Amino acid sequence: MTEKFQGYLRSDGRKGIRNTVVVAYLVECAHFVASKIVAGFDDEDVQLIGFPGCFPNEYAARVMGQLCTHPNVGAVLFVSLGCESFDKVRAKGTVASTGRPVETLVIQRSGGTAKTVETGRAWVRSALDEVAKVERAPMGVDELIIGTICGGSDGTSGISGNPAAGKAFDLLIGEGAACIFEETGELISCEDIMAERAKTPELGEELRAAVQKAERYYATLGYGSFAAGNAAGGLSTIEEKSLGAYVKSGDSQISGLIKPGDVPPRGGLYLMDVVPDGEVRFGFPNISDNAEIVEMIASGAHMTLFVTGRGSVVGSAISPVIKICANPDTYRALEGDMDVNAGDIIEGKRSIAEVGQEIRDLVVNVAKGAQTKSEALGHREFILTYKSFDPIGPSCLPAV
Amino acid sequence: MTGPFLHLHPDDNVLVARASAPVGTEVKLASSTATLTQTIPLAHKIAYRDIVAGERILKYGMPIGIATEAIAAGAHVHIHNIRSAYTPTHALQDANGQSPETSK
Repeated sequence: MTEKFQGYLRSDGRKGIRNTVVVAYLVECAHFVASKIVAGFDDEDVQLIGFPGCFPNEYAARVMGQLCTHPNVGAVLFVSLGCESFDKVRAKGTVASTGRPVETLVIQRSGGTAKTVETGRAWVRSALDEVAKVERAPMGVDELIIGTICGGSDGTSGISGNPAAGKAFDLLIGEGAACIFEETGELISCEDIMAERAKTPELGEELRAAVQKAERYYATLGYGSFAAGNAAGGLSTIEEKSLGAYVKSGDSQISGLIKPGDVPPRGGLYLMDVVPDGEVRFGFPNISDNAEIVEMIASGAHMTLFVTGRGSVVGSAISPVIKICANPDTYRALEGDMDVNAGDIIEGKRSIAEVGQEIRDLVVNVAKGAQTKSEALGHREFILTYKSFDPIGPSCLPAV
Repeated sequence: MTGPFLHLHPDDNVLVARASAPVGTEVKLASSTATLTQTIPLAHKIAYRDIVAGERILKYGMPIGIATEAIAAGAHVHIHNIRSAYTPTHALQDANGQSPETSK
């Protein structure tokens, strides 16, 4: 029996668990003005996102469009300097087509910093009144999209936090949710065991190819997806980190392979291929954890399960982050930032199944409106940078 | 009983510390008992048996790297004596699990 809760019904039929007004800068030159607009609303759900680059990028345009029409978002204010390359007309049209309140302020035509901030705050004030009227509708676990990521990993992540997150994924998928796991660069050495879990042999080949692409990409860069703190925490190699990361996918069949911005078409388990296509052009695939979180949100994630060993404190704009601490020492040191103590598994106090159930129940509570620790603390990290992708192949989303 | 260490898979040639294990801790290994000569921090690994140079390191029953030198049973197994079969590992001074700010 799946529990129901009250979602925010959008005109495209999707349902959100939050009702945020987003202020989005379209180039770094508009970042300050956008942040000043947001700073006028400390006690309300107004959040800052943006793209720093002045040069055009189809990936960034698509991700921005997906974020601004995310079911957790109720209204959008774009802030443009005026001369950047971001296609603000297309962006506004994308949001307007969903019926959401949307406006674009161009600083060069709005009287500069002070006047744009004043005009922007007035618009946000009226948008808050508008989004407060959004219709509520019953929503079930089978309508949720949940992402998972591990960051600040150590040798405990693969023993406690990631298996518990995988157990929660199995429970949520069993109730009909769509779950996304990612970072193909942290699945290196797992491609064969992962391909065997694919719904079709053709999808299995796509999964294998995605990881092989990541191997080539990182080999060109000279580094794996491996930070210094991973080694301090007992991880010695990328394949050791990968095996630990892989278990957060749980035991379910893999239903599809998506790329950032592709929304899972139905419930099930999906791998997100986050490594760009083509030759290495813009640097590291994702320069830090929040870049991956943003990509899962662009694919519709209502919230993200974040497993950490060393102790990440980040949250995210748009969709809440549930922090699962794998390391019992880290939990004691950073308890105020952690939602779940999976370190209990290491210390023999609770089983993987028990912590997995706790995570599943917390997902439902957060969907009902309970704030996560990072959300209550005000964490709203966001990063979007240059990348390039080809569309997914025909075998990536097999029919039911 | 391997004490504060986990043997995650029967094929593994390493053990993982489930809590920080101080110098002097006795650990039962595959065919011997070792006494730790250094602190092994939480989640770091030691050799479950003697490992020869070039041998694959198995954890979770899966290969996680290759020994770059002979590793005696009970010794710390980490970036100083194993390497990735894929991309090199980047680490700082604290890779032994001790904070350089506090240990200096």
